[in-house]
Amino acid sequence: MLRIRRDLVDAIVAHARRDHPDEACGVIAGPEGADRPERFIPMLNAARSPTFYEFDSADLLKLYREMDANDEVPVVIYHSHTATEAYPSRTDVSYASEPEAHYVLVSTRDETDEFRSYRIVDGEITEEPVEVVTEYPSATEAFSE
Amino acid sequence: MAVTVSIPTILRTHTGGEKTVEANGSTVAEVIDNLDSNHGGIKGRLVKEGTLHRFVNIYVNDEDVRFSGGLEASVADGDNVTILPAVAGG
Repeated sequence: MLRIRRDLVDAIVAHARRDHPDEACGVIAGPEGADRPERFIPMLNAARSPTFYEFDSADLLKLYREMDANDEVPVVIYHSHTATEAYPSRTDVSYASEPEAHYVLVSTRDETDEFRSYRIVDGEITEEPVEVVTEYPSATEAFSE
Repeated sequence: MAVTVSIPTILRTHTGGEKTVEANGSTVAEVIDNLDSNHGGIKGRLVKEGTLHRFVNIYVNDEDVRFSGGLEASVADGDNVTILPAVAGG
């Protein structure tokens, strides 16, 4: 399951709408091992295409160095589909190489904000439920539960 | 020529979980061969039919080797080689 804050969902959808008809892409980083998306990082689609997305290679290096320095991992890797449903394409599956990440897809093909999440491991797609929350439970609240 | 190589999560199964390993070589191709001799199977994840796999980016320090000679790009003693999976799709 992906548990994600409402403002982060809104930020992803807004980015996808803004870049339509090109695909939008980015990452939400979070603390290593916590499975908690926190830092919204919209990326440039170097392909600037309605059917393909790719992080620029220099941006990619900068992103990973930054996450490494912060002990963060890419908890969510998102991109949009602009004419089809929010389901991973064959190309998405062939490139997917973060087995720990939640692959989020948003579709901007119509007015509905289709927002779905998947695990993609060894070429296999598994859709997972998305729980949208206003905020994550704090460490102390989690402890008292 | 000893270099430090950063290994992405997906390839750490080949390095016993290590994030960085040491390797030797004066070109990227030699570094990969040397890596493969210590961490069997890693070359097949990086190189396909003699060229860098399209799903993988390799950097020498800050330079993407695709723009600086590919597998023949030279590396010097003390360089940092970073391997990162491309983030892309359709």
